Amino acid sequence: MYKLEARSVNLYYGEKHALKNISMAIEANTVTAFIGPSGCGKSTFLRCFNRMNDLIDNVKITGDILIDGRNVYKSKIDVDEHRKKIGMVFQKPNPFPKNIYENVAYGLRIKGVNNKAVLDEAVERSLKQAALWEEVKDDLKKSALSLSGGQQQRLCIARAMAVEPSVILMDEPASALDPISTSKIEDLIYELKSKYTIVIVTHNMQQAARISDKTAFFYLGELIEYNQTATMFTNPSKEQTQNYITGRFG
Amino acid sequence: MNSSQINKIKNLGFKSFAIVCTFLGLVVLAVLLYVVFSQGLSRIDWDFITSLPSRRASSAGIYTALFGMVWILVLTVIIAFPIGMAAGIYLQEYGKKNWFTNFIEVNIANLAGVPSIIYGILGLELFGRVLGLGNSILTGALTLSLLILPIIIVSTREAIKAVPKSLREASYGLGATKWQTISNVVLPSAFGGIMTGLILAISRAIGETAPLIVIGALVYVPFVPEGPMDEFTVLTIQIFNWVTRPQAGFVTNAAAAIIILLMFTFMMNGIAVLIRSRYNKKTKF
Repeated sequence: MYKLEARSVNLYYGEKHALKNISMAIEANTVTAFIGPSGCGKSTFLRCFNRMNDLIDNVKITGDILIDGRNVYKSKIDVDEHRKKIGMVFQKPNPFPKNIYENVAYGLRIKGVNNKAVLDEAVERSLKQAALWEEVKDDLKKSALSLSGGQQQRLCIARAMAVEPSVILMDEPASALDPISTSKIEDLIYELKSKYTIVIVTHNMQQAARISDKTAFFYLGELIEYNQTATMFTNPSKEQTQNYITGRFG
Repeated sequence: MNSSQINKIKNLGFKSFAIVCTFLGLVVLAVLLYVVFSQGLSRIDWDFITSLPSRRASSAGIYTALFGMVWILVLTVIIAFPIGMAAGIYLQEYGKKNWFTNFIEVNIANLAGVPSIIYGILGLELFGRVLGLGNSILTGALTLSLLILPIIIVSTREAIKAVPKSLREASYGLGATKWQTISNVVLPSAFGGIMTGLILAISRAIGETAPLIVIGALVYVPFVPEGPMDEFTVLTIQIFNWVTRPQAGFVTNAAAAIIILLMFTFMMNGIAVLIRSRYNKKTKF
């Protein structure tokens, strides 16, 4: 059974047909990169997995999205519970205007966990996993907004991991960061692979080549090619893919 | 003269005009303050604040009016703040965009423009007569609540709207429900803006006279109100009453009372500015 599976997914923003009949399967404990020019639908597709598109008015989705074989667009599924199982990291670091500790503990607190020992343990574990613990362990009560951009993004990753999801979705997590912070995030993604299934949207093709096992190329709402990353970057089977990764458009 | 020189003159002309306009308002305020202070400042002492009203100008004070105002304001906040905030949250967060919410929105904007005396007439009939609350503090507070509700609703909405979408997404992404997102993320972030709106609304309520006169606030109240059903007067009405008296002493009293009222309003605005700047420092997105 695949960890994530999309079957003939179509998505419409009002009249606009944004995703066209996309089918794809993602195995557990892999890193999958979504690449493609702006507006190709890769972020929109990513957001189908945790139903974040529900927050936008006027969106219609057909087809099936399965996680561990369960259809997440079945009406009786509890969306909030579903989202707890899937972590998400956004393009721009978006820590809450709270202190570092409360940012990481947020996901547990909304689950109703208030036991200090449990929270302490989860905060420390998540910050360690996100390679941020050493930098912040002495001032966990400091405002998260006082951290640098790269630290904020690692904090957001820690926050997503604190609730122990099995999947982490990342929407261009390093696009707003400097090269050093970016490489830290990339190292992190590589390490997290053993515990999580990671899907990452990126504009940076070198990044996709460095960190992902499989790569999917989207263009104008269609999935053009989906294959092992090594194959995609050395020997793509479609001409459009070839053109995009060699920088001829996009 | 070439066109560049003409443009420079035009530029200078407009700049001077803008400066004059800016100072016009300030000058008016300065003149007002000067007149009021020069007349009333010497009249203000502890006796003036703690004396009951009197027929003799020299022994009359604002004690009952001050207490009446505080009663009215506290009750107004208790009534209007929760309702206004909840309505603002509903319209901004829950209300779907359709003809019904549009209709509500347009009408809230309209309500903000209704002259306050109309609210007074509404309050007199609805609260004073139909609900039988008479010319009590409660009637006054309910009437002023109606008056400032649109202000609170609009400022709550603006404050909520200013909370970045990315923060909501972060919360929803972690599996928070709508209410958890609103109460844990949106409201704390919007708090400064909401409080600023509330305080400005209170400042508005402090200055209102007309609706309170209509609902029957008394001019002469020789006792301090002890409950929400008591009759009352407020500072603005006391001032109004004093300036209509022929004796010079009462005019001085009015000036002194105006100084107290102005101090209240300035203090309120000061607090609003303080909250806004503190909150801006705490939550820079």
